[in-house]
Amino acid sequence: METSDTAKKTTPNSLASVATARSQKKPGTAPLGSGLEARKIHAWFGKHLALKDVSLDFSSGTVTALIGPSGCGKSTFIRTLNRMHEFIPSAAFAGEVLLDNEDIYGSGVDVTKIRLQIGMVFQKPNPFPSMSIGENVLSGIKLAQLNIPKSEQNDLVEDCLIRAGLWSEVKDRLDAHGGSLSGGQQQRLCIARSLAVKPKVLLMDEPCSALDPGSTLRIEETISQLSSSMTIIIVTHNMQQAARVSDYTAFFLSDGGPGEVIEVGPTSQIFTKPRDQRTENYVSGRFG
Amino acid sequence: MATTQAIGAIPAPTKPWVKRPLQRVPSLALGVTALLLAGLIVEVTPLKGKLGYFIVFVPLVTTLQYLLARMRASRKVAEDVLVSSLMWTAAFFVFLPTASILATTVTKGLQGLRFSIFTDTMVSASFTDPIEMGGLLHALLGTAYLILLSVIISVPLGILTALYLTEIKGPGSGFIQFIVQAMSGVPSVIAGLFVFSAVILTTPIKASSLTGSFALAILMVPTVTRTSQEVLVLIPNDLREAGLALGATQWKTVALVVVPAARSGLITAVILGVARIAGETAPLLFVLGGTDALNQNPFNGFNSGLPLYIWKGFLIGLPESVQRAWTGILVLLILVLVLFTIARIFGPKKG
Amino acid sequence: MSNTLPVQRKISTKPRPSDVAFRGIVTSFGFINLAILTLIGAFLLFRGFEVFRVEGFSFLTDQRWELTEESGVSSGNIGIGAMLVGTLLAALVALIVALPVSVLTALMLNFYAPIWIRNFFVTVIDLMAAFPSILFGLWGFFVLMPSAEYWAMLLNRYLGWFPVFQVDQPFFTRSPFIAGLVLAIMIIPIITSVSREVFSQAPLDRIQAAYSLGANKWSMIKAVVLPFGANGVVGGAMLGLGRAFGETVAVYTVLNLVYSINLQVLFGAGGNVASHIVTRWGEAGEYEVKALLAAGFVLFLLTLLVNFMADWVVKRTVRKGR
Repeated sequence: METSDTAKKTTPNSLASVATARSQKKPGTAPLGSGLEARKIHAWFGKHLALKDVSLDFSSGTVTALIGPSGCGKSTFIRTLNRMHEFIPSAAFAGEVLLDNEDIYGSGVDVTKIRLQIGMVFQKPNPFPSMSIGENVLSGIKLAQLNIPKSEQNDLVEDCLIRAGLWSEVKDRLDAHGGSLSGGQQQRLCIARSLAVKPKVLLMDEPCSALDPGSTLRIEETISQLSSSMTIIIVTHNMQQAARVSDYTAFFLSDGGPGEVIEVGPTSQIFTKPRDQRTENYVSGRFG
Repeated sequence: MATTQAIGAIPAPTKPWVKRPLQRVPSLALGVTALLLAGLIVEVTPLKGKLGYFIVFVPLVTTLQYLLARMRASRKVAEDVLVSSLMWTAAFFVFLPTASILATTVTKGLQGLRFSIFTDTMVSASFTDPIEMGGLLHALLGTAYLILLSVIISVPLGILTALYLTEIKGPGSGFIQFIVQAMSGVPSVIAGLFVFSAVILTTPIKASSLTGSFALAILMVPTVTRTSQEVLVLIPNDLREAGLALGATQWKTVALVVVPAARSGLITAVILGVARIAGETAPLLFVLGGTDALNQNPFNGFNSGLPLYIWKGFLIGLPESVQRAWTGILVLLILVLVLFTIARIFGPKKG
Repeated sequence: MSNTLPVQRKISTKPRPSDVAFRGIVTSFGFINLAILTLIGAFLLFRGFEVFRVEGFSFLTDQRWELTEESGVSSGNIGIGAMLVGTLLAALVALIVALPVSVLTALMLNFYAPIWIRNFFVTVIDLMAAFPSILFGLWGFFVLMPSAEYWAMLLNRYLGWFPVFQVDQPFFTRSPFIAGLVLAIMIIPIITSVSREVFSQAPLDRIQAAYSLGANKWSMIKAVVLPFGANGVVGGAMLGLGRAFGETVAVYTVLNLVYSINLQVLFGAGGNVASHIVTRWGEAGEYEVKALLAAGFVLFLLTLLVNFMADWVVKRTVRKGR
């Protein structure tokens, strides 16, 4: 199948070249593809314009943090990137999202294939309750009906759980139910589940907001390790977290109207020498 | 598009995920093809009639859709197409009988509908007389009595039970909930048999509108209880706490705050309960007696009701009597639909 | 640490008399329901007890309904075996037809249909639920039966090799098949609305997770909605079954009552406890009335059992989901 073939290019075997690519930080470097580009994104809920004119570039192999106060449209934005936005019946959209220079909203695009390449981890851990840990990891394979030989499935489970930093904790009880894990473990299981379909981009919508500090730390470690092999976009309320895990940061703000990007740049610059007064006010904790 | 756009201008909202008319052309063309093919198959094979077209067309269009999707996309997409095609077929099977029932009732019932049937009874006419003679006034009055008495009996019981389940929440409320659920499953014929054995066989009371309404009230209580309960749980707890915090007793809070806030919903519960029992036939066969004359006393003497009138017309089975049955059904259906519509208009809006 | 914990105080108030009265009245009304349900069972058993005593267990198994009345003392070879089997058979046909239709419709309404179609069908289904059963009876007799007889004939002619569609004689009028079809239409609204209710409670975050993993609607439904809602659908089906067991007039019009067990669904002979009671009622003597009340008691227990099981199954789903 087409998607699994392209996804296979990023198996751990090619990790070394990926890591090199990341250390050179050259956008568009193979084999990660040329990254994700959002152009002039507008999003509506009914008549209400929630997001206005957002253009952001996510180079392959980078981690970008989206920060901003509640209601600034950053969650709406991240959901437009893998077309989860359209599940709200009144939703409307304008703009383009380019994955490897192809518009994911183009006509004739199979949206399910897009979501295979752009994975998502949600705010609340949501493993499938009727499936075991191992089945949860393979659930994406089953849902998308990718054909993977039985012999490779065990390796895939192990590989994904290792990369999500969960293997050592669950390797003896892969048949246990996903619900038997702690919240932090469940979230890492959800990360492992997203990795199994070999996405190029991983979207994380406040992945740690429901977790305790210890689990948050483990997830952040996982993000750092994953960032060598994929593009990661993370929405977070926690500015320390943004500073710790991301290469780039984009600051969203809404002054009662639609959310907009106020400033985007390397994380160190946003947190030390923001150009915009509003960004400085936010990162220094004066509001939000 | 992006280049011609003025800076700061907001583009028009679009829904790129909605299929455009052009994208529907293949499946439409496919539907037409299936229709033509079905026609051809029916012509050349022994299959005949509407049914023939139907049993050829449905599998044909489903298979063709599946194959088209299989050709253009993966097995996963094709499966989705197949299942959704089955779903639409199933929904059609839900719609078809409803439409047929409505259409039949209206067309057959209208033929016998005249003003005189609302002013006359069957006391001087026979069911096999032409429809111009006689009427169903006695049955209409009987049904009115039945509804009135059932409401008087079951509404206090139903609403107080709902209050017990939502306001008192006593140790037995889980069990009572269970009992109400079980009562809603009591077959209507059993309610009639019960009133017959417990009242008519046991006490000197003879069959009348009153005994009929006993049986109907048993069937009405669960409906009133469950609908009222749905409304009462929607009343925000803040209101109750506000009442209690002002020093009101629970009785005053319920009577002056909770029930008034739920008033329109409770009225809906009563209306739905009435709609539930207005057409009940089976229990009346045991406990109403049945008569062709007008009986203005609901507490004494056999009485009639629309369902009994319809039933009698059907059982006699001759064209005139069946015509009376259909006209009776139409009157009954209009009554039920009016109640139903009122309940919908005033009912609680579900999110 | 436990040493330092104070003893919990009992919080008590002296309730005001009006509240005591209020709670008392409302509680007693709540328990009237229990009383009614108990009385229904008690009176039917009490009035029918003589028959149970005389006929014994064979009242449930005997297929004949033959009474001999001699100088006020009557007895007979009576039993509701054929009627019970017929009731189960027609209800089973109804369930086999109604369950897939209802579940597919519920899935279509919740996940596939545009909003206007959903609203339209919700009205249609509410309307179906509001039709009086006598209307189903008349429509079934005058409109459905002529067509259904023809369908039965076709089924028998082309699929007769399949045991279910076999008949000994080509007599298709008023068969369990036709009664089952009418019952199916009557229980579709119940099963559809219960299914819709449980499907709509399927957790949204799991649904989104499935979509974000590249699922389309059907693979999402298979992975999330059906495992979640399976119990609820079973419960809804049993509620429908309970309704089908107890339906009277709609079955009476389209089913030929024959006092011997017939398992050929297409053949025009069947049984039904409720219709049997109505049929015999008019000319029943004292003993037969008791026998019919006893039959009513059996029917009451049967529907009660099915409803209890349905309630239990549905509750289990809801608890699991929350």
